[in-house]
Amino acid sequence: MSAPDPAIRTTLADANLQLAIYTNTGRFKDNRSKAVSPETLPEYQDLRTRAAEIKQHTLDFLDVYLLQLEAAVNANGGKVIWAQTGEEAADFVLQLAKEKGANVIVKSKSMTSEEIHLNERLIHHELDAVETDLGEYILQLAGQRPYHIVAPAIHMTRHDVADIFEEKLGVAHDTVIENQAMTARRVLREKFLQAGIGITGANFLLADSGAVVIVENEGNARLSHSAPKIHIAIAGIEKLIPRMRDLAVFLDLLGRSASGQPLTSYTSIVSGPRRAGELDGPEEFYIVLLDAGRTKLLADVEKRESLRCIRCAACLNTCPVYRKIGGHNYPWVYSGPIGKVITPQFKGNEKDPWLPFASSLCGACAEVCPVKIDLPGILLKLRHEAKPDPKDTRVFGLWSWLMRRPAMYSLAAKIGLSWLGRQPNGWLNKVPWPANSPSGPLTAWLSERDFPAPPPKPFRELWVERKVKERKK
Amino acid sequence: MVDVLEQLGYEVEFRPAQTCCAQPAFNSGFHDQARPVAEHFLDVFSDAETIIVPSGSCTSMIKHHYAELFANDPKNLARVDSIVPRVWEFSQFLLNSADLDKLSPRFPHKVTYHDSCHALRELKLKDAPRLLLKRVQDLELVEMEAAEECCGFGGTFSVKFAQISGAMARTKVDSILQTGATHVVSLDSSCLMQLRGALSRGGHNIEIVHLAEVLASRK
Repeated sequence: MSAPDPAIRTTLADANLQLAIYTNTGRFKDNRSKAVSPETLPEYQDLRTRAAEIKQHTLDFLDVYLLQLEAAVNANGGKVIWAQTGEEAADFVLQLAKEKGANVIVKSKSMTSEEIHLNERLIHHELDAVETDLGEYILQLAGQRPYHIVAPAIHMTRHDVADIFEEKLGVAHDTVIENQAMTARRVLREKFLQAGIGITGANFLLADSGAVVIVENEGNARLSHSAPKIHIAIAGIEKLIPRMRDLAVFLDLLGRSASGQPLTSYTSIVSGPRRAGELDGPEEFYIVLLDAGRTKLLADVEKRESLRCIRCAACLNTCPVYRKIGGHNYPWVYSGPIGKVITPQFKGNEKDPWLPFASSLCGACAEVCPVKIDLPGILLKLRHEAKPDPKDTRVFGLWSWLMRRPAMYSLAAKIGLSWLGRQPNGWLNKVPWPANSPSGPLTAWLSERDFPAPPPKPFRELWVERKVKERKK
Repeated sequence: MVDVLEQLGYEVEFRPAQTCCAQPAFNSGFHDQARPVAEHFLDVFSDAETIIVPSGSCTSMIKHHYAELFANDPKNLARVDSIVPRVWEFSQFLLNSADLDKLSPRFPHKVTYHDSCHALRELKLKDAPRLLLKRVQDLELVEMEAAEECCGFGGTFSVKFAQISGAMARTKVDSILQTGATHVVSLDSSCLMQLRGALSRGGHNIEIVHLAEVLASRK
């Protein structure tokens, strides 16, 4: 089990990147904690409890609610497409684009589409699929995947963006953020006008009203689903909540947890295509419901709650590990604590076995999760389910034996501590033994910090001396 | 800790048969190796009236995770149920049960408090250690920026992911330095070891002490 050491080392050594990650996540983190403080939102903890209950209930009865959603979408004149895999979802879009002669496709921000590499698939078939969220657009130009669930280009500075725009769009090098936004706006406005299909994700799907709920700050999602003639919303099946009236709980939590906003700038509730007499809106409306591994998680009652996630990224912003290693050192598009929890469940624990172990289990993530996912608890379960490293099995086997033999334990502790403490850099550390081999724990410890000198006497001895003294009195 | 408890009028006993709460193996996923060690803990302590633990992390292991470890073992589960209400983290016990007026510690230093993650989040001990520190004569308590952020120890994490753990510790060290404190206080020896090692590597002359040491001090 080894983490991608060199890549992580590079991230840690890049002072500018470290500053960007730490400052930006720190700003989100502080804004969030102000927005949910007892003074600002006294009902915050009740909202969390309610949100967790609603999501859990929906997951527990997902089969019922999915069919209810489909019936409601049909009644509104839209259509539900069931996609078992990312390929199936992409194939549907490709087929429709071909049928309708739609060569330009505008897309708003959607982690689900990132997850199934939708853009790459569409572009591979020579469709002009364009990200319209500013951060996502920058990343698309740069050929990168999102660094963060909510703020995809959180790792980039305005200087990076100036370089990318100059190279990819042929515009003059300009580091003024407002000018950069205007450049993107000019390019994207043309795409909106040309696009035959607009693709969005969904923050929530409402089973009783057959509606898609999309929250955003830039207005690009609203344009994506209203300007083109066809709107396709791609969403994982776990995005469901039962009723329109449940939505308020989540809108109260999502913006605040993500960025500290009481509400994002735009909240759209889209329920079907344009009706007779309506002036705008798409002519066709589809919801692609994606499984892509979700039913596998659903079947696992103990870890099912992982699917409650509403992708607010509060866990990333508060995670001291994410704030050091950033988003791209995680193996999948989902980074941070939630990435650590769902990646092994979607992709298999064998693929990146180090992932659930790359946590100090500090629990800061669970504290800020608006739907109360027990992130550290699930990490512990994943560690337990992992295929054990034979070396660790030997070490813990020996440890377990020793810990049941107090006399041996106290002797070993005495010897071990005097070795470690007195001679961390001295002669004993030059004698080869497992702990100070290049891959040994002592070497790893000393690579980053010193080993504190142990007390002159173990507590056990002090205790005996104390008792002897007391008896003499 | 013994000094403090005796000053408060308690009869303190140390059972030399004790070893470990089993958390290192449990947190690494090795339940089969952890279980007999936890059972050993139950053997040693089951008949004790009150068990006081000088570590938030160990306390939390016993109080919150033993039940999971023995989920399929009714006999030991019953022992866990019986012992859990008698297990206390040190500061938690003092604040809930002790007559603190019997204690008159003096610690004439500028101190900052580091929240140990498991004490803070699993035992909800945010105020208890601070209230105790505020009772200490001549002690100046200064809060650091991000006191609640992990020091980066995390058990085997500290050596399996040494570079991340070290980076986390250095951020914590920066927060500590900004306060101008001469002493850092915490509830867990593992955080203390991590911070002491990182401060020493950085060449900073700041003392790391357990809360019990402060409360026992009469300097």
